[in-house]
Amino acid sequence: MRKIWRTSDPGLLRDVGLVCLADGIVGVSFGATAVAGGLPWWVPIAMSLLVFAGGAQFAAVGVVLAGGSPVAAVAAGAVLNTRMFPYGLAVADVTSGPWWKRLLGAHVVTDESVAFALRGADPARRRAGFWTCGVALFAAWNVAVLLGVLAGAAVKNTAAFGLDATFPAVLLALALPTLTDRRTREAAICGAAAAVALTPFLPPGLPVLAGLAGLAVCWRPRSEVARSESSRSESSRSESSRSEVPHSEVSRSEVSRSGGLGSGGLG
Amino acid sequence: MPLLALVVLAVLTYAFRVTGPLLRDRVTVPPAAERLLSSAAAVLLVSLAATSALTAGHDFAGAARPAGVLVAGVLAARRVPFPVVVLAAAAVTALLRLAGLK
Repeated sequence: MRKIWRTSDPGLLRDVGLVCLADGIVGVSFGATAVAGGLPWWVPIAMSLLVFAGGAQFAAVGVVLAGGSPVAAVAAGAVLNTRMFPYGLAVADVTSGPWWKRLLGAHVVTDESVAFALRGADPARRRAGFWTCGVALFAAWNVAVLLGVLAGAAVKNTAAFGLDATFPAVLLALALPTLTDRRTREAAICGAAAAVALTPFLPPGLPVLAGLAGLAVCWRPRSEVARSESSRSESSRSESSRSEVPHSEVSRSEVSRSGGLGSGGLG
Repeated sequence: MPLLALVVLAVLTYAFRVTGPLLRDRVTVPPAAERLLSSAAAVLLVSLAATSALTAGHDFAGAARPAGVLVAGVLAARRVPFPVVVLAAAAVTALLRLAGLK
């Protein structure tokens, strides 16, 4: 820990503070929405400690509050969190050390901590950025969710405060930075249209998973895909070699796209 | 949400997170697979945003909530800070309901 503090600069602490503040507001909203929707108080709290991934937490609770099955809720959350796998590879160098440090570091892998790790110019700063952001965000997120739970329990009529609109708003704000290429955009629009159209007929939770079919529907013809993919992977390869992140296929642009980092996406 | 579901989601999430740090020298993700994963996440987020903005149960949620989410979407597209986006969604929806819209 002492090594981290010695290498951390005021700019890093300020930026981490801003990210914690932004995510804190989202955390309050998460805790309040979950409790106001009728979930027991311990569910959002335990989830924030154990899952610690805002997007997936919102997704799983959203499916449950809509009346969906636990299986659908877990599936929605798990699909969102598959991105943690390439993230983990990207920060493998900064979580190295004794086994307990690797295991601990893995739990604070989020959009934000990975972004702070990747923007560091040298290994020491990458390490400082990752651990400072990861640990601070873990504390801030869990305190915020706790406050949200207390607020949600105190406020009787949350609909009057428009709290139900914060959940889709958060998801949309998370998704927008990831919709940079046309294929993903088209797939997302097809998926969303299908999910909404199926909602009156399918059990809750399933329409969203059915939306994943949008991925297949909007796939462009093979040759066209291959052409645009080869040009894109070339540009991303040159970028990751510039950022000198070993063992990683995750370029900076890739990470910053998946979750509006820095400006406050949430893990 | 039952405790078991919560634990399963937590275990899956941790498994995704810890694989990289543990197998750092032995695994690489093909770029195509990685793009598919990030596309799947985007599709899921947008689908979930759409259904939770527009529907409640099997029915239409009323106009106030989608209006608030629409305003939030426009603000987010203009790179307005995250907290402002979230508060704007709640404020617009609350004001519309105060004005008598459902």
